[in-house]
Amino acid sequence: MTTAALPPPPTTPARSPRVRSTGSNFELYAWLFMRVSGVLLVVLVIGHLFVNLMVGDGIQAVDFGFVANKWASPFWQVYDLLMLWLAMIHGTNGLRTVINDYAERDQTRFWLKALLVVSAAAVVVIGTLTIFTFDPCIDPESTLEVCQIG
Amino acid sequence: MWSWVAHRVTGVLLFFFLYVHVLDTALVRVSPEAYNTVIATYKNPIVGLLEVGLVGAVLFHAFNGVRVVLIDFWSKGPRVHRQMLWTVLVLWVLLMLPFTIRHLANVFGE
Repeated sequence: MTTAALPPPPTTPARSPRVRSTGSNFELYAWLFMRVSGVLLVVLVIGHLFVNLMVGDGIQAVDFGFVANKWASPFWQVYDLLMLWLAMIHGTNGLRTVINDYAERDQTRFWLKALLVVSAAAVVVIGTLTIFTFDPCIDPESTLEVCQIG
Repeated sequence: MWSWVAHRVTGVLLFFFLYVHVLDTALVRVSPEAYNTVIATYKNPIVGLLEVGLVGAVLFHAFNGVRVVLIDFWSKGPRVHRQMLWTVLVLWVLLMLPFTIRHLANVFGE
């Protein structure tokens, strides 16, 4: 008869969680993706920097012909495509975390994340199309080797 | 704590640079001249110095990211997180030295 006086357990958190649990494993997969893509990106991005900035004349050698030369090889097309997609998704998820942490109002968070997802998707589409629709001989006067045949 | 802050700051900066970099590369679909004109800004001495900062941000984010992975997945990771932070910083200096020398020679050479 004395137990009725017990206070209720402290169930209210210090601040309301901004990311509500939906019962899905989305956050777990996002967390895992950051680690897996991160490790792959360490290799891809450092390789990219080495080949483009350290080898030969580095940044001085980068021009349209340099890109044409690289993308003549399917290896570099796949390499750059993989790096584009992984880096964009990794970065988008990173910014999503930052927005969730610092934007206090529900509305602000929603619109920032909407802007993030739409702009990131646009960049991924533009980047993918750039790799696959690249035409080394876009200039009919081109003096590049690949454009000399025929 | 500061490594966490630095990881965030470099991550956000790299993400915004990535937007710019994908879009400047997309100029190869416009014309060789458009692409070459914009890429010429990367060879400008001031931008060349900023690139050292960019690569510095990439390398810190990369090595510290591997440290985070090791803390999460390696059973000894949490115990040696501090030593791993020193390893990150030493590796960073070891790679930044040759890169900075080579890159600045390319930017300022000729």
